Formats: sequence, structure tokens, C-alpha cells
Amino acid sequence: MSLVAPAREPFAAKSSVFDLRWIFEFAIHGVLFVCTAISVITTVGIVVVLLFESLQFFREVSVWEFLTGTRWSPLLKPQHFGVLPLFCGTFLVAGGSALIAVPLGLATAIYLSEYASPLVREVVKPMLEVLAGIPSVVYGYLAVVFVSPLIRDTIPSADLFNAANACVVVGIMILPMVVSLSEDVLQSVPNSLREGAYALGANKLDVTLGVILPAAMSGIMAACLLAIARAVGETMAVTLAAGATPNMTLNPFEGIQTMTAYIVQVSQGDTPAGTLEYRTIFAVGLALFVSTLVLNVFARWILLRVEEKYE
Amino acid sequence: MSLTNGPHGRPYAKLASRMFALFCAGATWLCVTILMLLLWNVVSYGWDSLSWEYINRFPSRFAEKAGIKPALVGSLYLIGLTALFSVPIGVGTAIYLEEYAPKNRWRTIVQINIANLAGVPSIVYGILGLGLFVRAMQLNRSLMAGALTLTLVVLPIVILAAQESLRAVPSTIRQASYALGATRWQTVWCQLLPAALPGIMTGVILALSRALGEAAPLVAIGAATYVRFLPEDIVNDEFTALPLQIYTWTDQPQKGFHEVAAAGIVVLLVVLICINALAVILRYRFSKNKQ
Amino acid sequence: MSETGSTNFPLKMSTALPNRAAMSSAAEMAGQSKKVVTRELDFFYGIHQALYNISLDIPEHRVTALIGPSGCGKSTFLRCLNRMNDMIDGINVRGEVLLDGINIYHRGTDVVELRKRVGMVFQKSNPFPKSIYENVAYGPRVAGVRQRSVLDEMVEKCLRQSALWDEVQNRLNDSALQLSGGQQQRLCIARALATSPEVLLMDEPASALDPKSTAAIEELIFDLKATYTIVIVTHNMQQAARVSDQTAFFYEGHLIEVGATNEIFTNPLEKQTEDYITGRFG
Repeated sequence: MSLVAPAREPFAAKSSVFDLRWIFEFAIHGVLFVCTAISVITTVGIVVVLLFESLQFFREVSVWEFLTGTRWSPLLKPQHFGVLPLFCGTFLVAGGSALIAVPLGLATAIYLSEYASPLVREVVKPMLEVLAGIPSVVYGYLAVVFVSPLIRDTIPSADLFNAANACVVVGIMILPMVVSLSEDVLQSVPNSLREGAYALGANKLDVTLGVILPAAMSGIMAACLLAIARAVGETMAVTLAAGATPNMTLNPFEGIQTMTAYIVQVSQGDTPAGTLEYRTIFAVGLALFVSTLVLNVFARWILLRVEEKYE
Repeated sequence: MSLTNGPHGRPYAKLASRMFALFCAGATWLCVTILMLLLWNVVSYGWDSLSWEYINRFPSRFAEKAGIKPALVGSLYLIGLTALFSVPIGVGTAIYLEEYAPKNRWRTIVQINIANLAGVPSIVYGILGLGLFVRAMQLNRSLMAGALTLTLVVLPIVILAAQESLRAVPSTIRQASYALGATRWQTVWCQLLPAALPGIMTGVILALSRALGEAAPLVAIGAATYVRFLPEDIVNDEFTALPLQIYTWTDQPQKGFHEVAAAGIVVLLVVLICINALAVILRYRFSKNKQ
Repeated sequence: MSETGSTNFPLKMSTALPNRAAMSSAAEMAGQSKKVVTRELDFFYGIHQALYNISLDIPEHRVTALIGPSGCGKSTFLRCLNRMNDMIDGINVRGEVLLDGINIYHRGTDVVELRKRVGMVFQKSNPFPKSIYENVAYGPRVAGVRQRSVLDEMVEKCLRQSALWDEVQNRLNDSALQLSGGQQQRLCIARALATSPEVLLMDEPASALDPKSTAAIEELIFDLKATYTIVIVTHNMQQAARVSDQTAFFYEGHLIEVGATNEIFTNPLEKQTEDYITGRFG
């Protein structure tokens, strides 16, 4: 057995620049950098496309009229360009679906995190994943075929397509999101808090409502905001379920139109490109982008603070 | 009910705790019931319309003659192309951010940017696709435009999943590889990617399931809803996709079309389940090879 | 754990290892050529300075032990010698580390080439989740060796050198993760040897092992120094006394004292060294 290392040149400090290996490494580095740049360019692209077309829109319609006008009828004469009805419709659906999803989702999360046996968790969590993976158009279908007749049977005065209809299906849609995000937050509450409370003679209810929930509150709020952001951006289900009448109302049984549904309506129609009517979708898209961005950034900011607290 | 009194002051404490547990359990089982109900409803509604002819037929003005062949083919093309674009770019970005980029402010900004891109509604990507691919790049309403738009939609999902699985590779592996004189790329290619592969694949499958179910961005770029031919040229031919076809049928007032829509949903869900099952099998194979 | 484990077997060990008192004398140390030399090395993690002005000569074909309490900078110093610290963000190095007289912190140094020359074994065994064969063959492979016959030969040679061959020769294609802790660590040594390094850095290689495996590793170190220059970090003073020819004592980022091992342990010049060796702190 030879133990002598093979003879080789003494260590040289400088590597040859023309070494093939380094050229290859350098090329790979470049390719990966370009990949990353694409994601940044996407963001820039969204902002540029939305701003560019919106600015042309705002040359003809004042920003003030757009933001405060209470009538939206760009496709009919006389034209009105007040985005408030779309905004109102969007947040009526988002708020209504949150009213359904948050209590149900939070209770489920508490059950899965604090009460359920490992077996139940193993069964229920994949099911919720399935629920989360169902495409939005399927929920739209269910709204039309299943929920809408149900609501009309209960409240005969309701419109055929109405906000409540959309709230129900969007609520079911964002439910898995509320559950999984809140469960993560509940799980991240340190066990020492639980044990500390039990050691003082508290029962499960006291611990859950009095200790865990308050400790997890800001995280749960962030989870709800993320879910609401999702509901705001939800498109196919609300387009099918909520009707197509821009309507400044808080009555869930009237037909409304959301920002997303309006974009779909124009995209499907034969509005010629370059016209004022056509540009409305970019202005509405910008409003939608900003709304979801604000909700997302705010939620992420809260989550970041929660993480810091427990580190 | 007061939480501060001693046990003797709270005769209902035990009952309340019980009730709360029941309430939470009830909520959970309600969720599960809803899921079951939805699936059963769709399947029972669409069952009669499902047949081999249905899958192999073109759409029609008459519900009983309608089929989903072009939509199914279009969808398969779409996710194929989307995977082709999004996987290399997404995994590449994840590798760059985790293994190459210096941990400075720029990296943080890009990271926040990607997290927020994941929250952008898909219809906004559709508008971007309309402005960028359909108009600026003159791709019109082709499969290419649709696939590129869907790539943008799913890219953040792929990136975040790949990053997470790369981060989960123990740093001792990284150090061992570098200490043996491996270059950065050799370390990534020989050690990190194989170890992170199951996680990356899960992310990719999740992303492709999302791409398969998305209709909104396709509507926004103006994809056709009534196509009576199969796409042959990916940069010129018009196309339609399963979720889009389902949307169109659901939007019809006639009950007959609702039934074909339900059948379409069943097909869509079956394709989704197949993709996910594939992921499970692949993951199982990979984790077995490693042992 | 290993601390208590190792105290009760110097007796066994003393028979296993040949007498090397003659070798470790200061006189011989002086005549040995210097493989690695550090000159006024300062090291910073951000604004925190971890090493102060370290000047240390590491003689060729000898074992140099770095001892000192936790956090004294001995591991940091070790990682400076093959630039593994480069992987941490926000570090700063001043001074020189000379390998065969050439500064490895010079701009444009080929770090990959450096790490092939200066191998490293880590505290916790970290085999790749691959077969035993692939673990050992990894170094030559990334260096561009393709021929199967050359790789086979290399794998066998290195496994023999690390005294693992007899135990694994019939299951080279099994996963490395199935080996015991001590075997895994010897595999990691074999893996490091496969790049034909000149210097071998060992960061507490036996701290996570049972006494029997520790003894095996120590015996191995003794065999390896004929071929390689070895630098070993250890918090176990008996181990340092058993395996090394030269010992350097670090304390709070300073190199307090360096000298032939038997002199450091029997007749330290500095009070701090004496206190540490006699167990008064650390």
C-alpha cells in the first residue's frame, strides 16, 4: 500500500482566467442570474403595462372622477367612470366570504392544532389540500348550479345571480387557506405557554381561548388578510356567481359586479383595442393590483413581526 | 363565564370546555362534509354526459353533441409548455437566490418581490400577458401566449417551493462538498439538487395543478372559447383550455350545458388527480433510491 | 460525553500507540519544513473580531493540535486554512496564510484548487446521502476523473488508508448513512483523502464518537501523518497529548502559546496555558 501522495506542481495562487472550468462556472452564474432577473422584470412589466395604459385612460377621465364616482357604465351611453361600485362589489364579496371562512376556518384550525388526534389530522389535512386544489371555475359552476337555486328557494326576492351566492362559494374556496395559515400560527405558539397555563390548573378551554388564541392573534389576523386578498383577486367564481351589474349596494342578495368580473366581461366582449372603453380594464386592473398588494404587504409585515417575536 | 374564578365558582367550566371542543370538531367535519358534497354533486350531475365520445368530440351548439377534445388537448399542451418554461427558470432563480446571491439588501428586495408576486391575482397576470405577449410580442391568442402568461402566474410558486427545499438540505452537505474542492455548480448539481428534488417536484406539481385550473388569465388574453380544431402550430393557432370550456358552458342558461360542464369538471379533476398521483409515485421512487 | 468517555482509556491507548517521545522534541520540530504558515492573521465576523494577530507555523508531516476553551477561535482558525470561512457572509480576513510559501488569501486564488490541497474532516460526520463508493469517489469525480478503473483504485486505496476497507469492501454500493457513527467519520476521512490533499484539517473529528471509535480515529491520525500534514482541533486534552507533535493553545481569539506537545503539557510557559491544561477553567 503506497502512502506517498502523487507528485504535483506546487500550489499556485492564481488560477488561470482561461481555465475552461471557470468559464463554465461563470456562464452558469450568468444563466441563473438571468432567471432571477425574469421575476424582477415580471413585476416591472406588470407596473409598466398597467401604468402605461392607465395613464392614457386618465388623460380622458380624471383620477378624481374614477375614484369617487358612484356610477360605472363605460360600455353604455351615457358613460360613467366611477370605480366605486366595482370596489364596493369586490369588498362585499371579500367581506362576506371572510364572514363565512374565518369563523369556520379558525374553529377547524383550533380543532386540528389543539384537539384532534394525529390520525384525524392525517385524514383531514390532505382533504383540505384537495379542497384548496380545486380550480376556481369549479366553484363558479357550483355557485350557478347548486348554491344559486338554494338561495332563491330560501329568499325568493333575491336576484338570480347575487353577492351572497359568490360569498358562499368564495368562502368555501378560501377556507383551506384560512385553516392552514392559522394552524401554522397556532402551532408556532411555544409549548411552554400551554404547559405554563395547564400547570396553573386551567382547563383546555381556558388555555385555548385565554392563552393560545391571544398569543396567536396577530398571526391569525395576517392569515385572514391573506385570505381576503385572495378573495379580492378571485375571478372566475365571482364572474359566474355574482352577476354583471355594477351596483353600489351592501345588500348581498342583489346582483353586483366585482373588479375582476368587469375585466373578464370586457376581455370577452368585442371592445376594440385602443379605445377608452378598452383601457378601462387596465385602470381597473391597476386598482385591483394595488388593493391586493396593500393587503398582502400588510399581512406579510404582521407575519414578519410574529416571527421575530418567537425567535 | 369568568376565567378568573376558582374551580368552585365555575360550575359550567367543564361543560363549556366540552361544548367548545364539540363546536371546533363540528366545524372541521363541516369542512369535510362540504368537500364530499361538492364532489358528489359534480360527479352525479356530470356522470351521464361522460363517455368516450364526449372526450373525443369537438364542442357544439347542442349540449348533447358537445365534446371537450380541443379543450383537453389545449390544456395538456398548455401545462406541458408551462412546465417547460417555468421549471428551469423557477429552479434557476431559487438556486441563484439560495446559493449564489450575496445576502445583501438587493437579495432581500428580490425575495420580498417574489413573495408579493405570489399574491398577485391571476387576472392581473392576464392583463400583463395581454399587453406583453399578445400585443407587444405579437403572439396573438396562441398557445404560446397562454403558456407564457401561465408561466408568470406559477413562477413564484415554483421559486418559493424550490427555495424551501434547497434550504432544507443540511448545510453540512454543502460544506463537505466545498471542502472536497467542488465548485459551486458541482455542489449544486451533484449534491443539493438531488437532495432537494422531492421537494422541488412537489412544488412543480402544485404549480402545474394551478396552471391547469386557471381560466382567468386565459380569458384576459382573449383565448377562444369555441374552437373546432386541434392546435397544430403553437405560435399561430387559437386554442381553448378545459377550465375555459367549463366556464363557457356554465355561463350558458340551458341546463344541458351545465351537465356537460359538470362532465368537463370531472375530466379536469381526474387529470389533476393523475398529475398529483404521478408526483406521489415519483417522490416515493426518489426517496427509496436514496435509502 | 466524549470527555468522560475518553478519560478512562488512556491506559488502553498507550499500548496501542508506539512511543513517540523522541519525535515530539522541540529540536526535531525546529528542523521540520513549514507546510503552512500564518502571519499576523486577524479574523472578523462583521464587527466582532474572532482572531487576533495569529502567527503560527505548521510543520510538514506532523500533527498540530489546536486546543482551548469553546469559542476561543480554534475552529475559526482551522477554517481559515482552507478558506471555508468564505461561505459565511460578512467576514473579513487580514494578514497572510501561506501554503508552501504562497498566500492563499491573495486575490484571484483558486479556492477550489486550494481545497483539493487542504482537505477537511468535520466535527459531525457528514456523509452524502449516497453510496459508500460514491462518497469516496466524489472528490476525484469533481476534479475530473472519469475512468472507472482509476476511481475504483482510488476508492480502495483511501478506504484502506482510513482503515475502513475490511468493514465495507463487500457493500460499497450500500448507502453511507447505514454505517455506524465511527465508520461514517472514517468514511469522511477516506473521502477527504481521495482528493490527495497535502494538509488535512480535522475539526474535533472524534467529539461525537464513542471511546472505541475515538481510538480507531486516533490510531488513524498517527498512521496518516507519514503522508499528510495534519491540523486537529480538539477540546479533549488527553487526545491532544496522545496524537499531536505540536500543540497550540488559543484563548479568546489569541494564540497564547505554541510548542512541542510534551513541553506544552509538562512545562507550559504561560500561566493561562497551565490553568487550562490542569483543568482550572474551560
